[in-house]
Amino acid sequence: MLKISNLHVALEEEDKQILKGVNLEVPAGSVHAIMGPNGSGKSTLSYVLSGKDGYKVTDGSATLDGADLLDMEPEERAAAGLFLAFQYPVEIPGVGNMTFLRTAVNSQRKARGEEELSAAEFLKVVREKAKSLKIDAEMLKRPVNVGFSGGEKKRNEILQMAMLEPKMCILDETDSGLDVDAMKLVAEGVNALRSEGRSFLVITHYQRLLDHIQPDVVHIMADGRIVKSGGPELALEVEHNGYADILAEVA
Amino acid sequence: MAVAQAKYDAAEALIQAFPDPSFKTGKWATEARARALATFRSQGAPHRFDEYWKFTNPATLIDPVAPKASVFEESSGRPFSDIDRVMLVFVDGVFNPEQSDDPTLAGVEIEPLSEAMQADIHWASSVYGVLEASGQQPVHRPLAALNTAKACSGFVIRVTGKASKPVAFNYLHQDEHSDAMIHHVIKLEEGADLTVLENGPAAARFNKVIEIDVGDRAAFHHVRAQGRDHERRAVTHLFARLGRESSFKSFTMTVNGVLTRNEAVIEFTGDDAHATVAAASVGDGDFHNDNTVFITHDAVNCESRQVFKKVLRNGATGVFQGKILVKPDAQKTDGYQISQALLLDEDSNFLAKPELEIYADDVACSHGSTCGALDETALFYLTSRGIPRVDAQNMLVLAFLAEAIAEIEDEALGHDIQSRLERWMERRRT
Repeated sequence: MLKISNLHVALEEEDKQILKGVNLEVPAGSVHAIMGPNGSGKSTLSYVLSGKDGYKVTDGSATLDGADLLDMEPEERAAAGLFLAFQYPVEIPGVGNMTFLRTAVNSQRKARGEEELSAAEFLKVVREKAKSLKIDAEMLKRPVNVGFSGGEKKRNEILQMAMLEPKMCILDETDSGLDVDAMKLVAEGVNALRSEGRSFLVITHYQRLLDHIQPDVVHIMADGRIVKSGGPELALEVEHNGYADILAEVA
Repeated sequence: MAVAQAKYDAAEALIQAFPDPSFKTGKWATEARARALATFRSQGAPHRFDEYWKFTNPATLIDPVAPKASVFEESSGRPFSDIDRVMLVFVDGVFNPEQSDDPTLAGVEIEPLSEAMQADIHWASSVYGVLEASGQQPVHRPLAALNTAKACSGFVIRVTGKASKPVAFNYLHQDEHSDAMIHHVIKLEEGADLTVLENGPAAARFNKVIEIDVGDRAAFHHVRAQGRDHERRAVTHLFARLGRESSFKSFTMTVNGVLTRNEAVIEFTGDDAHATVAAASVGDGDFHNDNTVFITHDAVNCESRQVFKKVLRNGATGVFQGKILVKPDAQKTDGYQISQALLLDEDSNFLAKPELEIYADDVACSHGSTCGALDETALFYLTSRGIPRVDAQNMLVLAFLAEAIAEIEDEALGHDIQSRLERWMERRRT
């Protein structure tokens, strides 16, 4: 599904290398987690994959089902099936959440040559999915993320994911700022979306989230590279011993 | 004094350029016009060295001959087409009864200005040129005085009850050299309620004054769509006097037009009244849009709101001059003023001069003025969800304008304006 080879990325503004040769392959239907200390390049990886400005790819490649992601505009990547759940979802005053969701869904359908959803069809689907994430009608009417609590923002990200039905979901520290109950709710939302044709890349600092979203593979990222990969037990090791041991081991 | 002489010379040339009326004016109108003419002569024409015109060069507004403006085909239905209204049509500034509705509306007297002016005694004498003259201090508004002195076209409207539908002025432009002058007078008696709609390019050059006397507990709503015809020019003035517990709400959408100066001069004379002046402007290329507002609080516990939003690109210029004057006895005044521009490129300009002058001590006044680019973080968020960049930009532009559009009380009118702005942006996808 997602294949990243020897990816080197620098900041555009200053000549600072952030990613120094990332290799990663996430097969269809699997859940991979990336853990790593602050500043290791985890968020940069998620931004570069989704097409945010300000980064310069100096070497390597990233493909989604064989298609070159790095050559696409952000909206094309989304239409191709990539989704990033933001660490900090953006507030957009003046744009209704519902309008935003419908425009997004229909833009993607249009880009893929599918028929757009009518207002009634859309409403039916969104209500159903919102309900399971405990998102009420009021939250759907409000401007995108404006005045939402931390938990509401993250639930809103998962709602977008559920509506857009992407193939490849990247969750960037979706657990940050969430209490245990909110995290459970978000994890349930993610787990409900797990399927054979859909893969996840879960970026997190803590093992906590991985109790709820069981990964198939855990990668440890440090200084712009993936330094170690293993099973779920690797997350537990980090939880108990921190990153220092692993980093010392691979150094 | 070269500048002073230039102002006087330009004034005389303008006086000569506009003919006297073809009808004989009655006593009140003759006097009102003479007073305004004297005011205009003593002030002279506006000059780009005038403080009040430093952001907007009036040269093409005071040229004795109106610069040519091509007439554009109507690309979509006219604004307010779906609104039930009494429509009064002007073609190049001249009233056209054939294209207009029968001007009868319960509780509303509608009479052409030319007829009212021929009477020796008329109720309009208490408003025509009176509110305009009151608005000449402390700042001169010579083009409004010229209008009072010369206008032959327009309507005088007296409202005694709650009008069941809006009165709509539809200003058509057919002659690419037309130089139109229109003056309306609207008087709302105690407790009356009227909505006035305006749309259309009007003429190659348009000078329009509306004087609105809002009686105690009366409510006046105004929604205006200035669009089409890229080369058109306009200078407009709204003069309003607000009685006790009255309400005044004016919204203007300006799209296209090479030069538009909209002045609003509002005076609170009765306590507990409310006024809103709002505008949404969208300019692309050769577009200069100036909103100049002067609100005088001279009564207790009145609230005024100014909400101005401009979206500018390809070298377009937006101007805002907004003043709130709170007189010594105008306690409990609540004045709010916001002017914001969204600059879609580095060639566009926003020039703002927000002013507060407060002599009362128990007052809440706030003002803000900002200009900036589209929020790249928000753009990325929208595009990362699959929304094409152009659509995402348009969503953010509309969201930016929404605060001004929200000032329109009537939902259907707000929706009409909203969809017009959406279509304008759709036509200009790049």
